[in-house]
Amino acid sequence: MHWDIVFRNFDYFLIGAYPKGPLGGLAMTVILAVGGIFGAFWLGLGVGLMRISKKPSLRWPAMAFIEIIRGTPLLMVVFWFYFLAPVVFGHTLPEAESALIALIVFTSAYIAEIVRAGVEALPKGQMEAARGTGLSHFQAMTHIILPQALFNMIPSFVNQFVSLTKDTSLAFIIGVNELTKAATQVNNRTLTAPTEIFITIAVLYFVICYCLTEFSRYLERRINRYQARGR
Amino acid sequence: MAYQFDFGQVVSGEYGQWILSGLGVTLQISGISIVLSLALGTVIAVLRLSKVKPLVWFAASFTEFFRNTPLLVQIFFWYFGSYSVLPEAVNQWLYARDFEFACGVIALTVYTAAFIAEEIRSGIFSIPKNQLEASRACGLSFLQAMAYVILPQAFRVIIPPLISQFLNLIKNSSLVMTIGVMDLTYMARQIEAHTFHGFEAFTVSTLIYLTISLIVSLGVNLYNRRVLHVRSR
Repeated sequence: MHWDIVFRNFDYFLIGAYPKGPLGGLAMTVILAVGGIFGAFWLGLGVGLMRISKKPSLRWPAMAFIEIIRGTPLLMVVFWFYFLAPVVFGHTLPEAESALIALIVFTSAYIAEIVRAGVEALPKGQMEAARGTGLSHFQAMTHIILPQALFNMIPSFVNQFVSLTKDTSLAFIIGVNELTKAATQVNNRTLTAPTEIFITIAVLYFVICYCLTEFSRYLERRINRYQARGR
Repeated sequence: MAYQFDFGQVVSGEYGQWILSGLGVTLQISGISIVLSLALGTVIAVLRLSKVKPLVWFAASFTEFFRNTPLLVQIFFWYFGSYSVLPEAVNQWLYARDFEFACGVIALTVYTAAFIAEEIRSGIFSIPKNQLEASRACGLSFLQAMAYVILPQAFRVIIPPLISQFLNLIKNSSLVMTIGVMDLTYMARQIEAHTFHGFEAFTVSTLIYLTISLIVSLGVNLYNRRVLHVRSR
């Protein structure tokens, strides 16, 4: 076994060639994941609210968007944004940006479904009571419905974040300098320790994702206890 | 520079053949992996529910590890790094066949089995505990009780989430293009490289994936309504 190759390149796995060169490795993976979940939350919230709207002109486009994105492999979405940016904008987007946009669009469809499930899980009386006290639909949503629904949805959001973190590895396919690319680069250069390198990479992803999964389970227990007390 | 759309070139002639053969490979690798992952997932779920500590521990770490690492990294691990952890005889057997395809099948099977094991476990939990106790009291062994009493009931509830896992598997199978399996996504990428008509190639292959997904989810909705009497949406 050649674990020394892993040790010698470990800083490259973590931050890439930074500060002498571009940032990469695990740091880039985290940036993609955090940026992705931030963008996907707002886009997904918008699409999810459109999806539960009574107006067909809002509901149908949201439904079509969700079904199309959820029925397409992420790799296809990544290719769409990477190869079509030149057609739409007339010039190529940097790889990291087009990967980030693809991740945001892809994840937002799943977030929208979480938002819809969360809002529909609340008792109908909440909305009726809020409207009854004189709030507009918009006010009732932002002050009464969403604060409760979003709170209950936190574990699902964390789970979606775990999926997104794993999905950032696909950015490698269009050439973004992140953890998986760092692994293939080191593997191509050394050629003698693929087993050790890919086990190390898998463990790095695992540490992040497992901690988040456990955190989401903890939150779920806390929220269940909190709701049981309220009843 | 205006972009000239040309769908005819992509769907007919040689490139149309490419798309069809890619679709064939996608269906083939997904079909094989679905059967294998269902078998492996069931075994892992039953191990996790057994009372034997080392087996429970093994099954739990199996599911946690493979659920929490990216599929792409797992594919690379099996493709580049498995030769030193697998026995020599298995390596020879794999090299004698389509090695890329075999690695794709192994990666998809193991990854999806971890998810399927969790779905089956939660399905088994939904069966009241006294069912198992009653069947044990009738003189059935643990495995017999599982095979004849618990699993047949549990699978009725598990089928919808299971099918959505299979659907995920079909979509995830697009990742095997990275190790050179010539599936639908690989062919679309190849046509893009040959003709620069990426837009048309990706539209056609996206539509194919979408059609598969929509047909399957319609089937699940029908099953929910007819068999489980749940109103979907």
